[in-house]
Amino acid sequence: MLSRVADRIFWMSRQMERAENTARILGVTANLVLFGTDDVQEQNLLAPLSITGTEALFRERHDELTLPALIEFMALDEKNPSSIWSCVKWARENGHAVRWLITSEMWETLNGTWIDMRGMPKGRVTGAGANEFFDWVKERSHLFRGVTYGTIVRGEAFNFSRLGTFLERADNTARILDVKYHILLPSVKDVGGALDYYQWAALLRSVSAFETYRQLYRDLIFPIRVAELLILERRMPRSLAACFDQVKEALDRIRGESDHSSKRLAYELHARLSYVDIQEVFQDGLHEYLSAVLDDIGELGSRIQRAYLGAV
Amino acid sequence: MPKREHNLPSRHYDEMHGPDGAVRAHFRAVADWLAETPAERVAEKRREADLLFHRVGITFAVYGETRGSDEGAERLIPFDTVPRVIPKAEWESLAKGLRQRVSALNRFLDDIYHDQRILKSEVIPAEQILCNEAYQVAMLGLDLPNRVYSHVAGIDLIRHEDGSYYVLEDNLRTPSGVSYMLENRKMMMRLFPELFARQHVHPVEHYPGLLLETLRASAPPSARDPVVAVLTPGQYNSAYFEHAFLAQQMGVELVEGGDLFVKDGFVHMRTTSGPQRVDVIYRRVDDAFLDPLAFRQDSLLGVPGMLSVYRAGNVALANALGTGVADDKSTYPYVPEMIRFYLGEEPILNNVPTWMCKRPKDLELVLDRMAELVVKEVQGSGGYGMLVGPAAKKSEVEAFRARVRANPANYIAQPTLSLSTCPTFVEQGLAPRHVDLRPYVLSGKEVKLVPGGLTRVALREGSLVVNSSQGGGTKDTWIVD
Repeated sequence: MLSRVADRIFWMSRQMERAENTARILGVTANLVLFGTDDVQEQNLLAPLSITGTEALFRERHDELTLPALIEFMALDEKNPSSIWSCVKWARENGHAVRWLITSEMWETLNGTWIDMRGMPKGRVTGAGANEFFDWVKERSHLFRGVTYGTIVRGEAFNFSRLGTFLERADNTARILDVKYHILLPSVKDVGGALDYYQWAALLRSVSAFETYRQLYRDLIFPIRVAELLILERRMPRSLAACFDQVKEALDRIRGESDHSSKRLAYELHARLSYVDIQEVFQDGLHEYLSAVLDDIGELGSRIQRAYLGAV
Repeated sequence: MPKREHNLPSRHYDEMHGPDGAVRAHFRAVADWLAETPAERVAEKRREADLLFHRVGITFAVYGETRGSDEGAERLIPFDTVPRVIPKAEWESLAKGLRQRVSALNRFLDDIYHDQRILKSEVIPAEQILCNEAYQVAMLGLDLPNRVYSHVAGIDLIRHEDGSYYVLEDNLRTPSGVSYMLENRKMMMRLFPELFARQHVHPVEHYPGLLLETLRASAPPSARDPVVAVLTPGQYNSAYFEHAFLAQQMGVELVEGGDLFVKDGFVHMRTTSGPQRVDVIYRRVDDAFLDPLAFRQDSLLGVPGMLSVYRAGNVALANALGTGVADDKSTYPYVPEMIRFYLGEEPILNNVPTWMCKRPKDLELVLDRMAELVVKEVQGSGGYGMLVGPAAKKSEVEAFRARVRANPANYIAQPTLSLSTCPTFVEQGLAPRHVDLRPYVLSGKEVKLVPGGLTRVALREGSLVVNSSQGGGTKDTWIVD
């Protein structure tokens, strides 16, 4: 497969996944802000910006950090390269460039999503219609992923699409957990105790893991279990371990005689997620652990770019 | 697609009806069907066609001319549901003429880049060819596989009031539009299967297969299992759909300049599993943009070093460089002579009689009869720098006369020809509209063409402009037994 084509497909998939994750983060934030206590308000509003590393850009564009301003910035701002708007726009743009290699259903899903989004009244998205909008973004992402899985020929296009999707998802799960843990758990000695139920439930819901938690643990929500679920539980499809199962599988299928460095790193990460003990993670510090994982994910992304997709 | 200019008619040939008003034999099945099918059903089918094309259209015209913007603009070329029908015998004679013409043009290109016999024999003035902007010195002495330069040629034909066909223009560089020919047929078969049951319409669907065969036959002899790629300027090009469509139909890669690089004397594609050699490039990029080292340095569409690989015979380009010198307006008048010179045959297809103002006798005649003629700049294209005498104001004719007098060598003139008409659905119902025809001629080891071509129709009443940008549409073209 042409490197340029693989690059487009990889990013097309990453961008749709990123749009979905941003919608998830915003959805949870909106709930926490509306129903949460005042003392964590600022932190809750700040979290999405920390997760996506866009606080500086936000401060340039807005004077005051309010929920509508945050939503406007993260959902609709075309100047923000990681806004939902930008992600959907570039996913479609990338899809258009490889229109002849993906199925027409895939293209129509991307194009339809873009056309619908452009027609949405801004005021509604930042106001009363916010949750409806986030749900819609998630649905469009589910649709795109499903259409891709259900229609595309099993070949390099499929492999790079999967690789993009799950690398992006791993990145997001690690970020959400890192930032939220910080806010929700100011002191390490609280690790074993049951904290603010609502906040933890919200975190779980943001990665569609609330019901899973209940099923698997049949217990109160304990921070250490939340971390275990989101990092190590491979039955939970948004956990780091589950994501890396998919990343490794996709890389295994990709032909690349000259690539050793990205495959090696992916297998290392996969092994680390398979054989780590959650107690050890906490002893060394969850934040330190997640930072290292995020660095590795970033490094893996650039190695994949160099080995298969051409210079950025 | 480049604009094609046409001349104004006085009377015209009716494709469907004879002079007595009776339906011509080859159009009878279509005419009967039109007569017996309730208007309601036809209208419904036309709406369905619009809808279907719109859906496909979203995929091929989404950017159109609104480059890079996010308008999602759909620029569809209107499709007319009444086919243009040509009887088989007539087509066979046309096809013979097209083969003859394109063969002579390829012989001519080979000659002017080698021995230049035709120039030495003074059949064509040497300076006219050697000083032409499109003449590529880089092609001198280069031996091409099968001695073919224009692998894909689009020849524009019109039909004069007496019913005879004339070649209006040869397109030997990167003619486009063939995807519409294929899509139109697919649409007609989907909408009106019963029409195809009534008579045998010769198929065109094998065009992509023939194209691939032609391209592979044009590979450097050293390539055992030639790898073909289609080179496009990219997704913002107005013909991008066609590039992608042809690559997909042929099952080959669609590449941009950045996907290719030169190493060890060959052209390679960058792929996820490393470099892959390319042997034949069906390029839809103009000469000047192909290699920034050899031509325009600012070109981002080309491949640095490609020309040296080409000259070494390690990659084939289709079409070759430097074909433009043969489809130039100043070369056009000499095509009948080329046919006689190279093939020793009489031309089958008519050339429009052309006066070259650089000849004193011709100039005199042109100045004298300018109000009846069409006068064109030699280098002009897209309808610019031309005068349509019968449609022009007196003052315009006077002004043009002064321009021609000042620089006669820059102008040619032709009689005003009419275009035939074919029934077409317009707002008021069925009405005659002017059409032309562009068949596509493929030259590899042999010269091949699919029966038919692209019929373009001027949708405005009385208009002769079949250009899509100016209200032109397309029709399916049927060759019938």
